[in-house]
Amino acid sequence: MSATVATQSAPHPQADAPTNYLTVTRGWRSWAFTLDHKRIGVMYLVAVLSAFLLGGIMALILRMELVTPTRLFLSEDLYNHMFTLHGAVMTFLFIIPSIPAALGNFLLPIMLGAKDLAFPRLNLASFYLWVAGAIFFLLAIVLGGLDTGWTFYTPYSTTTNTSVVTATIGAFVLGFSSIFTGLNFIATINTMRPPGMTWFRMPLFLWALYATSIIQVLATPVLGITLVLLAAERVLGIGVFDPKLGGDPVLFQHFFWFYSHPAVYIMILPAMGVISEVVSVFSRKHIFGYRFIAYSSIAIALLGFLVWGHHMFTSGQSQRAAIIFSGLTFSVSIPSAIKVFNWLTTMYKGSIWLATPMCYALAFIFLFGIGGLTGLFLGALATDVHLHDTYFVVAHFHYVMMGGTLIAFLAGLHYWWPKMFGRMYHEGWAQLACFIVFVGLNLTFFPQFIMGSRGMPRRYARYDAEFQPFHVMSTTGALLLGVGLVICALVLWQSLRRGRKAPANPWGGATLEWHCASPPPLENFAVAPTVGDPYDFDGLVYKGEEEGYVFEPKKQPAKREAEPEPATV
Amino acid sequence: MFSNWASSMLFAQSEGGSLFLSPPSSTVAPMVDSLFSLIFWISAFFFALIVGLMVLFVVKYRRRNGVEAQKTAHHNLLLEAAWSIIPIILVVVIFVEGVLGYLDLRNPPDDAYEIRVTGRKWNWAFQYPNGHVENNLHVPMGVPVRLVMTSEDVIHSLYIPAFRVKMDLVPERYTKAWFEATRPGTYRLYCAEYCGTEHSNMTANVVVHEPGEFEAWLEDASNFLDKMPPAEAGKLLYERRGCIQCHTIDGTSKTGPSFRGIFGTQQPLADGSTVTVDENYIRESILEPLTKVRAGYRPVMPTYRGQLKDAEISAIIEFIKSLK
Ligand code: HEC
Ligand SMILES: [Cu+2]
Ligand SMILES: [Cu+2]
Repeated sequence: MSATVATQSAPHPQADAPTNYLTVTRGWRSWAFTLDHKRIGVMYLVAVLSAFLLGGIMALILRMELVTPTRLFLSEDLYNHMFTLHGAVMTFLFIIPSIPAALGNFLLPIMLGAKDLAFPRLNLASFYLWVAGAIFFLLAIVLGGLDTGWTFYTPYSTTTNTSVVTATIGAFVLGFSSIFTGLNFIATINTMRPPGMTWFRMPLFLWALYATSIIQVLATPVLGITLVLLAAERVLGIGVFDPKLGGDPVLFQHFFWFYSHPAVYIMILPAMGVISEVVSVFSRKHIFGYRFIAYSSIAIALLGFLVWGHHMFTSGQSQRAAIIFSGLTFSVSIPSAIKVFNWLTTMYKGSIWLATPMCYALAFIFLFGIGGLTGLFLGALATDVHLHDTYFVVAHFHYVMMGGTLIAFLAGLHYWWPKMFGRMYHEGWAQLACFIVFVGLNLTFFPQFIMGSRGMPRRYARYDAEFQPFHVMSTTGALLLGVGLVICALVLWQSLRRGRKAPANPWGGATLEWHCASPPPLENFAVAPTVGDPYDFDGLVYKGEEEGYVFEPKKQPAKREAEPEPATV
Repeated sequence: MFSNWASSMLFAQSEGGSLFLSPPSSTVAPMVDSLFSLIFWISAFFFALIVGLMVLFVVKYRRRNGVEAQKTAHHNLLLEAAWSIIPIILVVVIFVEGVLGYLDLRNPPDDAYEIRVTGRKWNWAFQYPNGHVENNLHVPMGVPVRLVMTSEDVIHSLYIPAFRVKMDLVPERYTKAWFEATRPGTYRLYCAEYCGTEHSNMTANVVVHEPGEFEAWLEDASNFLDKMPPAEAGKLLYERRGCIQCHTIDGTSKTGPSFRGIFGTQQPLADGSTVTVDENYIRESILEPLTKVRAGYRPVMPTYRGQLKDAEISAIIEFIKSLK
């Protein structure tokens, strides 16, 4: 790191940075019409968290109903509406935009040392498209609900008399939001990297966002077209999927998964990006195998397009197709597996600080490990035939989506929170929340593997009594998970109100966002910062009076001040 | 083989069943189970390795004052090659085993006993070679059974966990599944593809008969018309042949009018005339449903010409008569 940077960005937020992006203008219009990527990021954050709250409440209602094998309080129809909306809200409104749109928007320009994204107006437009899509989803709930499952399988979805068209319009509009964000990120990363930041000096989080954007731009249009065809069939009676009209119902599944399998990587790649940052910073070790991680993000993004048929092993597709899709599926598993070893090797001989973001990162490795390994059972043809459409699959993808994406999102949120809002949160309580969430997740989803492989089908409002013990365990876990998340929310809320002021660099990160003040000023950097190796922590020294790290030109290990003892629960 | 040894460790508690899997009850099930336990042990090994290393590093390299992180290489070709190649070999093994098992699961022997399966919202109809139809599946033990399946409405999926068999039923298309049951008993059969309101109630039993007893059962079951009062037989037909899907017996209308108390009444038709519901009208409605369409209903009832015998139609008529 150069000396200029250190002095430039040595932050005294109280003294010489009176305004930041949060305080520079006031009033709701200054937010509603803002072009600042940070404010848009914060609005996304609020929006996706509200969606998560909604989806989470629905999950709890579902889990409560499933405590007994017979009806507790939901009719079959209501149950079916509820699981459909839970799935649709969680995937389309929460998981897909969570890390890229909320954290990515905020951080991508700052990590590039830039003032904003390439197309700030387009960015605001994507946010409002998200809002419009969300409104259509709410409308669908009000106007008769939706009972097709988030997968919209035909011919059920073309014949049910719920608001399928409204919901597909919602998903269609959300798709555009996603595409615009992807385009914006690609353009920004391609054109706005600062001098010195070659592709291979880019933080891995940006590689992950780049790979994600490629998928968003290439795959989402297919979903859009599929949904248009679905609506056309429902409204105009054009036979595309309905065999009664001369269509092919399985075609829909091909189209749908052509988008939705890559969408799984839209959800997990950014999560892996966050984990790469956090593991390296909190181990104070250069990330191991940088190039491999970077390339593997792109490889996963591209290979992810070739495996959609693994959702259809029992649909009657040809045996040859099934075999090919199974083989390709295994090929995607390898790069993901290797990333885990890269993270572990990064920790080796490091100086591991178990602060909250790192706790979440470790939880991620554990949970994603289970999620990934159980994928092997589903990729293998003979076992998949038995496990397909059972709770085993439900458990598998919740381990990946919740244990993976949600946990990484929380890791990232706790990691960048001081940067975003300029406040620290209470370490002890935040770690307690992390621990409860971790236990709750396992208790919720592990019993689902067992009942699934014992034959419990998914999307069942009623079930055979032999599965009840597993359901009761799962519901208990879900309540615990809910408690953990509420504590987490309270901790963050409390930090906004009376958290200690955050230093520019509380964790000792070396990427560029830690060079600007917390929270960042409107245009992020007065002078474009100089770029070094994003994972070289040598120049970073802890300063007691800052309660954070500063960049110092020379290594002076002997004069280090005592670093804070890692807080314990 | 490793996987056999492994399955006897964790997966052989009761009759070959285990915590994760119900007792295998078809010829293909043990093979699926041994692949399951192979993957299980590979996964358990890697999971233990990952979490073990993670915990070890966290304990050993926990941040302490005055202790710097040590410099290690940023990459190491040999290490990276090792942890790429070993998993590749393992997944190739899993993949191949999966394919072999799948080919067994999908390709029935030529001499299989054939049963036709129809899925509809929300019940199953299993039709035997002699034309008899039941809502539960009865099969002989030790004989390969081929299911030729289709759906009358949306996609369903036939799933028998104890046999490790699952296959979708697609409208206007035939799909096939097969199994050979290896132990007598009653097993559960589920619809595994979401199909609407009663999806979770679209279940049935699979009854596996001891060798030799199946034929006797089929003979006996097919003659149910002779053995019970016609109204009762009519009720069975009403359930088994799917009239229940569109007609209720409690007075509420579904896709079609309810059967309750209609016999002997005058009913309006779509063309403005009226009709008296008597034996002939019911018979006509079953064989030529579109000649006289009730006012307020869509003409969607399928014809049962060639599917219901005269005696069966008479039984249904008696059943409708009995619904006062
Ligand atoms: C797909 C739905 C459907 C199924 C399955 C079905 N029906 Fe119908 N049925 C209808 C409809 C709709 C009508 C009214 C329109 C019409 O008359 O064709 C009707 C009319 C009738 C009527 C005349 C009733 C009246 O009040 O006028 C009789 C009798 C009847 N069905 C018997 C049966 C029997 C017996 C079966 C089973 C073997 C059966 N239906 C299966 C839909 C169905
Ligand atoms: Cu997939
Ligand atoms: Cu179903």
